Amino acid sequence: MSTGVAEKTQKTVGGIRRKFAPWTDPKAVPLIRYQNVTKRFGSFTAVEDLSLDIYEREFFALLGPSGCGKTTLMRMLAGFEEPTSGRITLAGQDLVGTPPYKRPVNMMFQSYALFPHMSVWDNIAFGLKQDGVAKDATAARVEEMLKLVKLEQFARRKPHQLSGGQRQRVALARSLAKRPKVLLLDEPLGALDKKLREETQFELMDIQMELGMTFLIVTHDQEEAMTVADRIAVMNHGKLVQVAPPAVIYEQPASRYVADFVGDVNLIEGKVESNAGGLVRVHAAAADMSLTIAQDIQAQPGDAAWIAVRPEKVRIDLDPPADRSVNCVSGTIWDIGYLGDLSIYHVELADGSRIKAAKPNLTRMVERPISWDDKVWISWSPDAGVVLTS
Amino acid sequence: MARQTRGRWLVIAVPYLWLLALFLVPFFIVFKISLSQDAIAQPPYEPVFDLAAGWEAVRGALEQLNFDNYSYVLSWDNEFLLAYASSLKIAAISTVLLLLVGYPVAYGMARAPKSIRPTLLMLVILPFWTSFLIRVYAWIGILSPEGLLNQLLMALGVIDEPLELLATDTAVYIGIVYSYLPFMILPLYSALEKMDETLLEAAADLGCPPFAAFWKITWPLSLPGVFAGCLLCFIPAVGEFVIPDLLGGSDTLMIGKSLWTEFSVNRSWTVSSAVAVLLLLVLVVPIVFYQNVQTRQMEGR
Repeated sequence: MSTGVAEKTQKTVGGIRRKFAPWTDPKAVPLIRYQNVTKRFGSFTAVEDLSLDIYEREFFALLGPSGCGKTTLMRMLAGFEEPTSGRITLAGQDLVGTPPYKRPVNMMFQSYALFPHMSVWDNIAFGLKQDGVAKDATAARVEEMLKLVKLEQFARRKPHQLSGGQRQRVALARSLAKRPKVLLLDEPLGALDKKLREETQFELMDIQMELGMTFLIVTHDQEEAMTVADRIAVMNHGKLVQVAPPAVIYEQPASRYVADFVGDVNLIEGKVESNAGGLVRVHAAAADMSLTIAQDIQAQPGDAAWIAVRPEKVRIDLDPPADRSVNCVSGTIWDIGYLGDLSIYHVELADGSRIKAAKPNLTRMVERPISWDDKVWISWSPDAGVVLTS
Repeated sequence: MARQTRGRWLVIAVPYLWLLALFLVPFFIVFKISLSQDAIAQPPYEPVFDLAAGWEAVRGALEQLNFDNYSYVLSWDNEFLLAYASSLKIAAISTVLLLLVGYPVAYGMARAPKSIRPTLLMLVILPFWTSFLIRVYAWIGILSPEGLLNQLLMALGVIDEPLELLATDTAVYIGIVYSYLPFMILPLYSALEKMDETLLEAAADLGCPPFAAFWKITWPLSLPGVFAGCLLCFIPAVGEFVIPDLLGGSDTLMIGKSLWTEFSVNRSWTVSSAVAVLLLLVLVVPIVFYQNVQTRQMEGR
């Protein structure tokens, strides 16, 4: 492998990822290119005229609801489906027409697809044997993989003698054993329980950085995509809705669809009143108030707009805030969701619409300071929300 | 609680009682006859146990039992050993032929679109709607010198004079393969149909072309079906009587036919009983093997 120790410093293990953003570099050459790819199954269009670039060493997530075409997009890269039209290239080489067994990508299947009649060892060695790798080199690689996924003592077991988490690791080791240029992960953690899933997400990130490989993950779990990925592509109806790093997807969603799909959000419908000097004023019809958002957007007064505010960015108080001029409205508590770490307050406004506000539970409290039917004030700063025009 | 236990014993007892009354008891009657001697009497063997005559009489009868019939059957002077060997050979070759014909059929069925699979399954079972005997008789019409097959081949110009098929071992093979094919296809189909197709995708993904993937993935995973199908065909084929009798020639040796001849022509109940008991012993080996395979399969689940 050409990826040496020196390159690893570009992304740091277990810490903040520094300066890894090849998609912002116009000179960077993408590893994977989907070019105007369309895939139809009969009259159903799974992927429609889609173009996407993925760069080397990127951890890329395809996120969307079931049936949005994300799995089809991945299966076309693996070779299990051929595009109806368009080109898919990997390192400059056109992949269309190449059978799956000749492609330099490997896939970790959602069902794991472990060979039930083979031991863990033989499962991991399968791809290497297929390539005619020498016996001792195969053995060394399999041992290395077993160590990587911490399954050394299970090498002789058959898949049915393993737990779900262990099977998941075998599937991962098997798909990594050939050191593919790209590893495809199809809902890899879907079958694990929440705690194990969270642990495994971090392990996946560590492994990806350690091996310096390109990972493409398909998931419908937005938290998972946010945790592991360098960039996320949100898909809907066979099209890309937004492609951006997790923080951008979350904080600056491109549309109501993205805002609503990723995380929890309050969407307030209105009309643009004014747009000048980086401040957008929107008149919200429902609450009959003017809201201010600090944002540079292309919008004319009179345009339809939606304000998206995340519940954790909404303040909730029993007393009116000192400055009531900006994004402040009163209402009554309609319902409270206690999640342990957070409480979600559903506040009903005068017109009957509801806004959610999340508040961390900073102290042990038996009696909440804010309770049902209390009159409260909610507010958020101009840089808390975003204006969406689509 | 006690009633529940009694209910469970009752449920378990039903199959055992069935086996006891309809298998084990008849078997011991046959076994006892095989140890008796032929006699011109009613029934045509002696001794006959008469419990009413008292303990002494029963002991006297027991002392008359011996293994003479077994040494007669197992002697090289008679054709029985050859018939056993020939039966095993014919059954083995037939089983291999059945596997060669049945596997592609079962594979095709298992890979067919889900919507037509029930229809295909029905078509495999369809021949059972006609009597087995009638179907074997029909083959006489097909295979005879003036039969359908010869007429067709001559009309096509493939052959100039009729092939001699009827009354040969070839006809017996054709008959067995035809009659037993559903017993081969059904277990194979059930094994192949259960197979997860993503396993083949995984194999392809790891660099395995389709043909190699068949031998490395599909074939080993279908082995339980292969064993089940082979044993389901092999075991009854060894004792087959109707097919060699109707389609085979006078020189086709099969133990079922020998037993029938011994019983109905030579009217020796005792020797035919010994032949039957020995046949059962021969078949115990594959039956136990089959049981083992099944148990291991169950544990694998």
